[in-house]
Amino acid sequence: MESTAHAFKENVGHALADPNLQDSLAKLKVGFSERRRQAAERLPEFEALRDRARDIKNHTLAHLDFYLEEFERKVIGLGGHVHWAPTAADARRIIAELCQSVNARTVAKSKSMVAEEIALNEHLEALGIAPIETDLGEYIIQLRNEPPSHIIAPAVHLTKDQVADTFLEHHAKLGFDKRLTERNDLVAEARYVLRQKFLDADVGLTGANFLVAETGSSMLVTNEGNADLSNTLPRMHIVLASIEKVIPTLEDAAVLLRVLARSATGQESSAYTTLNTGPKRPGDLDGPDQYHVVLLDNGRSSVLGTEMQEILRCIRCGACMNHCPVYGAVGGHAYGWVYPGPMGAVLTPQLVGVEEASNLPNASTFCGRCESVCPVRIPLPKLMRHWREREFEKHLTPKAVRQGLALWSFAARRPALYRRLTGIANRVLALFGRADGRYRALPLAGGWTRFRDFPAPQPGGTFHARWAKRKA
Amino acid sequence: MSRSPSKPPARPRRVALFVTCLVDLFRPSVGFAAVKLLEEAGCTVEVPPLQVCCGQPAYNTGDRATTRAIAAQVIDTFEGYDAVVAPSGSCGGMLSHHYPGLFDDDPAMKARAENLAGRSHELISFLVDVLGVKEVGARYDGSVTYHDSCSGLRELGVKAQPRNLLGSVQGLELREMKTPEVCCGFGGTFCVKYPEISNAMVGEKSADISSTGADTLLAGDLGCLMNMAGKLQREGSAIRARHVAEVLAGMGDLPAIGEPERG
Repeated sequence: MESTAHAFKENVGHALADPNLQDSLAKLKVGFSERRRQAAERLPEFEALRDRARDIKNHTLAHLDFYLEEFERKVIGLGGHVHWAPTAADARRIIAELCQSVNARTVAKSKSMVAEEIALNEHLEALGIAPIETDLGEYIIQLRNEPPSHIIAPAVHLTKDQVADTFLEHHAKLGFDKRLTERNDLVAEARYVLRQKFLDADVGLTGANFLVAETGSSMLVTNEGNADLSNTLPRMHIVLASIEKVIPTLEDAAVLLRVLARSATGQESSAYTTLNTGPKRPGDLDGPDQYHVVLLDNGRSSVLGTEMQEILRCIRCGACMNHCPVYGAVGGHAYGWVYPGPMGAVLTPQLVGVEEASNLPNASTFCGRCESVCPVRIPLPKLMRHWREREFEKHLTPKAVRQGLALWSFAARRPALYRRLTGIANRVLALFGRADGRYRALPLAGGWTRFRDFPAPQPGGTFHARWAKRKA
Repeated sequence: MSRSPSKPPARPRRVALFVTCLVDLFRPSVGFAAVKLLEEAGCTVEVPPLQVCCGQPAYNTGDRATTRAIAAQVIDTFEGYDAVVAPSGSCGGMLSHHYPGLFDDDPAMKARAENLAGRSHELISFLVDVLGVKEVGARYDGSVTYHDSCSGLRELGVKAQPRNLLGSVQGLELREMKTPEVCCGFGGTFCVKYPEISNAMVGEKSADISSTGADTLLAGDLGCLMNMAGKLQREGSAIRARHVAEVLAGMGDLPAIGEPERG
């Protein structure tokens, strides 16, 4: 997907002016965080499990080469194939060639953010292969030709009425010419339309929540069961996953699953948890003839051993964005690429370049709510600050900000000068009228006074001036 | 995390007040309220004259070199005091949680930063958790709602302490917001770098504040208070905003933030 992260500020303007989006966000902010809170409270060992989840991921990242090779060995032993894709282009090429090798016309896809990351749909379409999104949210946004706005709820930016309009527009030609108003009816219609597409698909493509090195399994959680149809009905199953998805054992998966669903949706566990372990074996009633795993790096290995490594612990639960007041104000599309919210503000500059995504790690108050709910305890504000440091080093920080900071720091490092300046500032601010106790407009403070009044200093001088007098 | 000790610590006697730049320039009464509360709890309060700022504007802009220089200056200035106390969770958290990480490549400075970090506190949690203050002798006739500023809440565990002390203020009724823990949208330079997002956040906050029916908004950080007060006033609200220390110190009759002097 083409990044518009550089246009973050313009995207924000559109988002704040979109009443449908604001409606949807109002519901999201309350719903997700409340359900997560209740789920965490119901499980006394939840905080201890977060520690274990963090430790499992840290251990794996410290031995990532070992576990990836172990995973590959297991998959080959099961009769499957592993393809290493250093870049997004490599992954697109590998998947296209696999599809072409079975003369695929359609590919049934279950939701995969990595597929969005490598812009797989556009590539397949250009080759005349039709990708069919089978996750309900992904299906809706595919019909609308929109990118996802959330990593676990891709159509969360839409209202029910918008979905009803979209279905009427696209399903009328299939005989569904009545505009639906009930949620269940909309789901039923989508199920009906999608069912035939599952049966027709030549290739099933899924992501993976975890890759288990011990068994060579890929593990997927969904609430719709669509992944199970995508990976059992077609002749070929392709798993597309990034390298940090590997974990050592099934025991580890059990720990991670326990924090994943609770953090994501407040469920104790997702409705479907599926392990795919190789192609169909002799005697199996169903399953794919061919089983392929495409392992995508796309810049991740260069994060290993750096101060940003902790972002590779991310298990894509979405809790950080569900609790982020900035995401809650502007939604996912404003971030301009695949991964929104706090985890996106850390990962996107890594994957598309900090020049392109320089706004994202800056658009945070560092309120810390993301870190407080992250199931693998990623210090997201700290990592965003690291990006700001890199931007400052590369002179990407806006000139006005740099100049303002330079002036301020010149004074802040000279206490005597600083005292004189704050004394002057105190008097100058008074000149603008202390009578009201506040200002509706102030020179150089338009960003503040456009939306808020600015309080006047209390009369009588600065604290330090008054303290010196008191002591004298 | 709050450093609540398992046994009562030796009482810190000689306490340095870290005034904070906003209190110094805009609302000195918060500093005097802090001094009063500390003195009433038995401390000797000093205000080291060479103090300026904790360095957050540079730190959060990614200017590590300037941050280190300012941190070194603060470490020098506050050497030797039993405790360093700030009427702000944000500045207090900077000293107690962020300074040591600035000197990972300089063991001598790191040790000094850790020493300062161990002595640094946010005012209200210092009163309650370290000095064991359980009540104050103040009166405030009004209903208040308390906003949990982010750094105090999530870095320092300031949550129950201000509410406990407010519970001892005569005449005061506490009315909780639906989401007192959600950020008000201040975020230091964030509020002027991304004014539209900040406005959306503080707009939501002001609606939550108003829905409590309280006549007063309290918090422990002046930056957040200036942001929320400015929004409430722009909306024409009559809700007054004060620093929690002012109410606890019996200084709740001063003109509120952004209100004119009377008389």
